[in-house]
Amino acid sequence: MSDATAINPPSSGANNGAEVSEAVIRIAGNSQDGIQAIGGFLARLAGRSEQEVMTFMTIPSTISGGPSIFQVRVGSGEVLSPGDEADVLLAFYQHSYEGHIGFLKKGGIVLYDSDHVDPKPEWEKEYRHVGVPISGLTVEAIGGTGKDKGKNLFALGLIAKMFNLEVPKLQQLISEKFGAKDASVLDNAMTAFSAGYSHSLGHLLETFRFVEGQKRSASQVVMNGNEALAYGLIAAGVRFGAGYPITPWSDIMELLRRELPKYGGTFVQCEDEIASIAMALGASYAGSLAVTGSSGPGISLKTEALGWGVMAEVPLVVVDVQRGGPSTGLPTNVEQSDLNIACYGGHGDSPRVVIAPANVEDCFYTAIEAVNLARKFSVPVIILTDQAIATRIEAFEEPKLQGLCQSLAPDLTPVATHKPYDLSIPNGVTQHRPPGTRILDGRYPVITGLEHDEFGHPTGSPQLHLAMSAKRRRKLQALADEIPVPKVYGPSEGRVLLVGWGSTQGPIHEAVDQCRCAGESVSALHLKHLFPLPNGLEEIFDGFTHIRVVEMNDEGVYGFGQLAGILRARYCNPKIVSVNKADGLTFKVREIIHRVCETVQDGMNKF
Amino acid sequence: MSAPITETAPKAGSPAQIIISTTPAAEPRKPLSKREIVADHPTWCPGCGDFAVLALYYKLIEKRQLWHERVTTVSGIGCSSRFPYFVQAHGAHFIHGRALPFASGVSLSRPDLHVFAFIGDGDAFSIGGNHFTHAARKNVNLTCVVMDNEVYGLTKKQTSPTSPVGFKSKTDIWGAVDQPINPMKQAIMAGATFVARTISTNPNHVLQMMEAALDHEGFSFIECLSECVEFYPGAFDGANPRKGGQFREVPPEHDRTDEAAAYKLASEPFPGYFGILYQVKRPTKNALEARINTNFRSKVQGLADWQILQQTFDRMK
Repeated sequence: MSDATAINPPSSGANNGAEVSEAVIRIAGNSQDGIQAIGGFLARLAGRSEQEVMTFMTIPSTISGGPSIFQVRVGSGEVLSPGDEADVLLAFYQHSYEGHIGFLKKGGIVLYDSDHVDPKPEWEKEYRHVGVPISGLTVEAIGGTGKDKGKNLFALGLIAKMFNLEVPKLQQLISEKFGAKDASVLDNAMTAFSAGYSHSLGHLLETFRFVEGQKRSASQVVMNGNEALAYGLIAAGVRFGAGYPITPWSDIMELLRRELPKYGGTFVQCEDEIASIAMALGASYAGSLAVTGSSGPGISLKTEALGWGVMAEVPLVVVDVQRGGPSTGLPTNVEQSDLNIACYGGHGDSPRVVIAPANVEDCFYTAIEAVNLARKFSVPVIILTDQAIATRIEAFEEPKLQGLCQSLAPDLTPVATHKPYDLSIPNGVTQHRPPGTRILDGRYPVITGLEHDEFGHPTGSPQLHLAMSAKRRRKLQALADEIPVPKVYGPSEGRVLLVGWGSTQGPIHEAVDQCRCAGESVSALHLKHLFPLPNGLEEIFDGFTHIRVVEMNDEGVYGFGQLAGILRARYCNPKIVSVNKADGLTFKVREIIHRVCETVQDGMNKF
Repeated sequence: MSAPITETAPKAGSPAQIIISTTPAAEPRKPLSKREIVADHPTWCPGCGDFAVLALYYKLIEKRQLWHERVTTVSGIGCSSRFPYFVQAHGAHFIHGRALPFASGVSLSRPDLHVFAFIGDGDAFSIGGNHFTHAARKNVNLTCVVMDNEVYGLTKKQTSPTSPVGFKSKTDIWGAVDQPINPMKQAIMAGATFVARTISTNPNHVLQMMEAALDHEGFSFIECLSECVEFYPGAFDGANPRKGGQFREVPPEHDRTDEAAAYKLASEPFPGYFGILYQVKRPTKNALEARINTNFRSKVQGLADWQILQQTFDRMK
């Protein structure tokens, strides 16, 4: 929330209905309290209203229990990041209160469950405290049988009151969520919500009202990044997948397992990561472009078979939902540390395609692009998403499905003759004919991981190895020629260019906005295509004095993050310097600005 | 896998709606001759048992009139796995140990194809042991022929998971010490629905087993003893009457559906029994997945794919 619109309560006290353009609400409790549900309701409400929304959550990697947060940023303007500071903290327990108050803006509101939290006098001076016996009042409202159940809805009622949210829309959302269950469940939910809404917050607390957002022409859908990616694959026509459960990839495989049968497709849970990619390659070879995916260690396990896909030139989509590594690492935290394995993982020279979505909406479209690139260039494509996008909820303009949805049924039309690895094609781009295709001259292809001749038969010929390696390389060069040159965010010339990829796009753009408001000459470049890189980056780099590659990974032995290393190797440009963050948490906007300032000694020059 | 091959649409509920625009069904097609099925000349050593397995696969294709385009031959890594290059039909040479999940991907997405995986003992019981177990338990509709020579041949004589105790190799110069895997027991235990054993020196028997496997609906497994004349000569003489051995077929009174009896037969010391030790009917994964799809598809009847997705998105507003 920018300063101009902060919820700064006037000292005089009550101020009902003050207009705000946005708010960051952090809900802190334990993972079983249903706080994700509150966040989900708020996000979907924003999606159905004229507001933008972005959420952020952490979940413990323990099986049950443990502290957990859900943060919602709702705004009437463009929302690019989940927010550096909260305007409101809703704390269910003492540990939630103590652990997260530092995240609250000075003068912000802490709404706490007075049955569990003892406020600290020193903090009461800095933050506005509102204690509500949430646990007790919830039990009073719906009876004591449910133990802690329902207090999330009671709290949602409090928030609805505080921000003048549209009650009928919220009630509609609640009944959609609980309507299918036992009638008493919905009754209890509604009762808890109403009890929270009708509870008087006391004269110390003001209420707020969001300024009206711009009217939208299209309706919005609300989902998280894993859902958007999985539905993007379905829209793209993927009807076969195979995987093995691992956090945070599992959501995608669960969704595909559940949804694909409606479309006549199948998702197979395999015995391990290697079997998953092998099975997906088998289906792709047989003519149904398939998906596999994983996170962390699972990606390491898939690299040998991925190399087969490159060598055999079989299209495939591999989803990598990045988490903290190496080894088991930080399973429920975020990192962008799989870029190297995505681009280079595996033995031998094995060029493949790597693309990364920038936000939840982009997950949907990136999935479609990955499918189309894989098919067109007959090559494995890796989608590098991450834990932060995977779990955060955004509202975005509903995709126009009728025009977007594709059918990829295998084409078995007989052909007169077929060379699976035809070297006469100038750009090296060839397509396979799946089994089932009759080849009238009687010569049938073998698709193989051995170096091969044009029919797929093994060869040790140095000339053929050179020619085939060049074929596999050339087709990616042809692909690079087709990628549009990315647009610079901000002026195309200046002092500092921030270069980023993947989920950091929002906070980087917000950092640019803030720097430019402060009169500094900062622009940003977001790379979606990471391998091969788009053409024309040299010219963009020429326009800036400093280039700072902002990414969530370690600076490495040589002082460069993974993208910075690739860009350095590619452009030999000494202006390229890394700004890394590898604590398993997302970048805050002010962290980016602070770190970039630190590395630009001669200042970011006012323009 | 059993239906005679006709140019028909794939079975209902298949994962992909396949465009088959073949020549008119009425077009008469002559059965394939051996000449049309043969591709590269095999690279195996003279006298290798694998030649017989290949020759009998040609014979199977000829005899059962399987068209080129209806057969898919998949392999792993090892001497045996050069197989697809020698067969004039669609084929894939995959990586070591992973031929079975690859072949499962072919089978599950393309119910119109006959899928054969020709792999070695290293593929099936060492590096790919896990996949063997799971392809069997899932009862994926395909035929897996393990050409078992009880030695690593392509890498020139190291101990294999089926090498007997005492076998001297470059990795056990004093003789192998680890208990070998019994492929029959392994397959029965894993839940394979067709478990057979044969030997490349008895061609009629090999063909018989291949035909029975082809006719079996589900995961059919054939262990075919296939001598490596270079690194383990004479390994299977004890099962070859021409070398003074004994070829004992599964006794006619054996009940193939009796798991315990099959396990007992499999436990017999070398040369053991040859034939179908175990065969039961159990729904294939292919059929079970198709059933799930049929149920789901009936709920969205008449809707285009984009309309089904639209319904989902309408609930996410």
